[in-house]
Amino acid sequence: MLTESSTLTLTINGEERRVAFPTHHTLLEVLREECGLTGTKHGCELGECGTCTVLVDDKPVLSCLALAAEMEGRRIETVEGMQEANELDPLQRTFADLGAAQCGYCTPAILLTARALLDHNPDPTEAETRAALAGVLCRCTGYIKILQAVEGAAAIRRGEDWTPPDDVLYGDPPGTPTGPAAEDTANG
Amino acid sequence: MAEPVRTPDERPERETRLIGTPFRRVDGRAKVTGVTRFADDLSFPRMCHMRLVRSTMPHARIVKIDTREAAQVPGVLGFLTGKSMPNTFGILPVSEDEHALCPDKVRMVGDPVAAVAAVTEDAAFEAALKVRVEYEPLTTISSIEEALATPEPRIHDYSRAGGNIHKLASLEFGDVEGAFADADLLLEDFCYYEGNTHLAMEQHAAVALPEDVDRVTVYSSTQTPHYVHRALSKVLDIPASRIRVIACPNGGGFGGKSDPFNHEIVAAKMALHLGRPVKIVLTREEVFYCHRGRHPVQMWLKTGFKKDGTITGQHLKSALDGGAYGSYGVASTYYTGALQTVTYKLPHYRFDGVRTYTNKPPCGPKRGHGTPQPRFAWEIHLDKAAHALGIDPADLRIKNLEEPETVTANWLKVGTIGLGKCIEAVVEGSGWRERYGKLPEGRGLGLACGAYLCGAGLPIYWNHMPQSGVQLLLDRSGRVAVFCGETEIGQGSDSVLAAVVAEVLGVDLNDIRLCVGDTDLTPVDLGSYSSRVTLMMGNAAIEAAERAREMLASAVAEQLEIPKDRLVFAERRVFDTEDPERGVDFADACIAAEARFGTLGTVGSYTPPRSPGRFKGAGVGPSPTYSYSACVMEVEVDPATGLYRPIHVWIAHDIGRSINPVLVLGQVEGSVYMGLGEAMMEEQVFRRLPKRLSGALVHKMPSMLEYKSPTFHEMPPVTSYLIEDPDVRGPFGAKEVGQGPLLPVPPALANAIFDAVGVRIDQIPIQPHMILKALDAKRQGAEPRYGPTSFPELDFGELIKVATPAEGGDGRASDELQRKRQESKRATSGTMAERDEALKGKKDLTTR
Ligand code: FES
Ligand code: FES
Repeated sequence: MLTESSTLTLTINGEERRVAFPTHHTLLEVLREECGLTGTKHGCELGECGTCTVLVDDKPVLSCLALAAEMEGRRIETVEGMQEANELDPLQRTFADLGAAQCGYCTPAILLTARALLDHNPDPTEAETRAALAGVLCRCTGYIKILQAVEGAAAIRRGEDWTPPDDVLYGDPPGTPTGPAAEDTANG
Repeated sequence: MAEPVRTPDERPERETRLIGTPFRRVDGRAKVTGVTRFADDLSFPRMCHMRLVRSTMPHARIVKIDTREAAQVPGVLGFLTGKSMPNTFGILPVSEDEHALCPDKVRMVGDPVAAVAAVTEDAAFEAALKVRVEYEPLTTISSIEEALATPEPRIHDYSRAGGNIHKLASLEFGDVEGAFADADLLLEDFCYYEGNTHLAMEQHAAVALPEDVDRVTVYSSTQTPHYVHRALSKVLDIPASRIRVIACPNGGGFGGKSDPFNHEIVAAKMALHLGRPVKIVLTREEVFYCHRGRHPVQMWLKTGFKKDGTITGQHLKSALDGGAYGSYGVASTYYTGALQTVTYKLPHYRFDGVRTYTNKPPCGPKRGHGTPQPRFAWEIHLDKAAHALGIDPADLRIKNLEEPETVTANWLKVGTIGLGKCIEAVVEGSGWRERYGKLPEGRGLGLACGAYLCGAGLPIYWNHMPQSGVQLLLDRSGRVAVFCGETEIGQGSDSVLAAVVAEVLGVDLNDIRLCVGDTDLTPVDLGSYSSRVTLMMGNAAIEAAERAREMLASAVAEQLEIPKDRLVFAERRVFDTEDPERGVDFADACIAAEARFGTLGTVGSYTPPRSPGRFKGAGVGPSPTYSYSACVMEVEVDPATGLYRPIHVWIAHDIGRSINPVLVLGQVEGSVYMGLGEAMMEEQVFRRLPKRLSGALVHKMPSMLEYKSPTFHEMPPVTSYLIEDPDVRGPFGAKEVGQGPLLPVPPALANAIFDAVGVRIDQIPIQPHMILKALDAKRQGAEPRYGPTSFPELDFGELIKVATPAEGGDGRASDELQRKRQESKRATSGTMAERDEALKGKKDLTTR
């Protein structure tokens, strides 16, 4: 069994800390166990589900596949670092308000991945958001409230006045054709 | 126990302020900040880690377990084997067939045979790999057919049905042969629904803390702390009063965390053994072995229709592949038949069901528990009937809609039925009338409906106690503490609990503090399963809150010298409706009440109404009321490759009344997603290793990469309609939403594929090669269909005949007939079919 251990300085959510850990441990393990930052989750520990995503130098990384030993000098961001003092990040706000976090287990990974997306693309199309987030599985939401929450947060981050549309909060009013039915009607 | 203040249907009518609005869920902030503590997020001083050694054989006797080498691993603290826990457990009292660790025999790959604890998780992993287990292989049973054809060796030997049959059920309501004789059209179908699994993102985890030599606390990702509590007591042989189970918020459940699990029990035993906290977190592979997912079900369905579409009667047979243990299987078996009657008028109905044991992870309750399979069969069958009769599929359903507030042929009392409005909404939204059957080749629309329970009418073990209890403690600060055994699994139960209490007492959600899912501190609630929480816990919470309101109102009325019934509770105040200025803050109302009555606390509880069915098997299916859903799906199919893509889903759900519409929508969308996953790709399948590699039956894909589930890319846009038609039985009129909207999705897909390319795929999941094969058949002039062509031949055992309400029955099995059957049983050893033959012509006995 590997018993070798490493001690190095990790920069997590802007804070530097000296951490000692078994050298073969993943960033996921070190964040959760040595650093007590249990906001980062795991669903497989094999690189399959995306639940363990954190940001390393602003890019989404599967922390279950990354070795903590390789993280010296890199900027690691976890869900615990998202809020500004006691204020939620716009993504956190819209996720909470729309129920885009149901069980909340995939949420940290999705929030961080969405933040990385919005940081370099402030006004993504829905297709771009889907593509950016597709590496994280969510079993609760059907992804719909997540897409709506990202859209809202993007608008808020752009400084727009965003309130959730009625259909997002209450469902559609019956009686009018929607989706392809509406297009077909429009096309005659 | 105090008398209820009011029974659910005689509640005061008041305008609501919070209920019905899209408020932020009470655990929302914790979930988006990473603060929510799931089971694996807990750690305690001196905590050690445990791993289970799991069987590599699908069916075998354990010859020897050798831990010598494992014990050499540095950091190892101790081992346990099955000898230390001889008592069996299982969720249903009729099938307590699991051991925490298998003492002598393993029944599937993944069965736990030993446990090892070590200082670090790494050491526990390493030691577990070094435990040597010697097995003597037994014949492996891999399918329903094999189970029926292989009575020996028996996987379990307790079932009365014999061989490897776990359960047989045979029920007839009314006269199905007569109904078929009356029909103008008789339709028969064979269908298959593949097994699939919950795949909750959180892997199961448990942490056990020794509190004393015979007292232990277990934190777990469980949907049913109360049942875990009972199982722990039984297996550990410790009184339940000395065991505390705390359900952590679940990282998704979907039914997969509703059974008590071996790892929870072993962790508790290990903690007591070592005298220090023990944690176990399952790997994803192990989660696949826990399973309890959707049963693979073969079905045969025959229905009679009149020319005008009226349904005359139905006979359904289902065969379930149960896997290695009982789990909820007896209930699952009945559920594959029970809810066929609640959507459409079905005057005569017969159901035959069988559940077999196989050497695979046990199946159990997954979202929809046993009902999506027959619902799929029923709804594709109706689509075919509509075509055969030349009636629009929507009209055929509307014509046959079940009547609200009636009792069905199989003695289920239905409440309000919003299904007609649901159908209307999706028909209008999808442009069904203009577009169905008229879209270009390769594009199609399909419609289907569904219904689900709002809580199982009966508890899992027989008792007369409430199914949900809520306790309130108020104090002079104006804080309301709410205690309930319910379990938050992501569905929003905490928010329902807080909102109901806040509504009745007129306070803010932030004035409410919840303590839930803790068997030491909270009144029993049976758990998050069967879509029972909103209705049952909601009603219990209303009762507790109404009692508190009553106390506060008395004290404030005295103080203000006005009649109690003029008081309004709103905006954290208690005031005179005729003079709103005149009133007190909520905290002052608490002070007045505390001064008047002493420390303020109330309780409330809910017990479902007794259902009218009195025959054997009547316990599965009853519910205080049922929710309904309708779905239209639009799909695009490429006839060259068989690849298809859902383009849009319209779904309407009969919610009764939304407690919180945005959370209701989340459940609707999540159900559509999960239904699509099942319909399109998800399958829990197995294969045999070649003989030279042991010939074992192994899981084909115990990983998230191989077990395909929809990603952001596969999920189509969804238009959701919430149909509000309050049902007096629900809190503020609310019905369930967590499971029902899944039901119409798979059949809607199959029906849409037919509209797109004219072929029938009668099994789930629908894969491109099936479409291609069916298209080939179509081109060759054969039946344009892909699906099973037979149903296993078997004797379903004693047929229980029950006269329907329309026939003047009393909900009991026909005694006369039963007596005859007893006689014939004594007189002959013939098969059930022969006995039935002998009894033919005595139909008058049941129809009176
Ligand atoms: S935990 Fe699943 S990808 Fe890392
Ligand atoms: S919210 Fe539960 S997995 Fe995404």
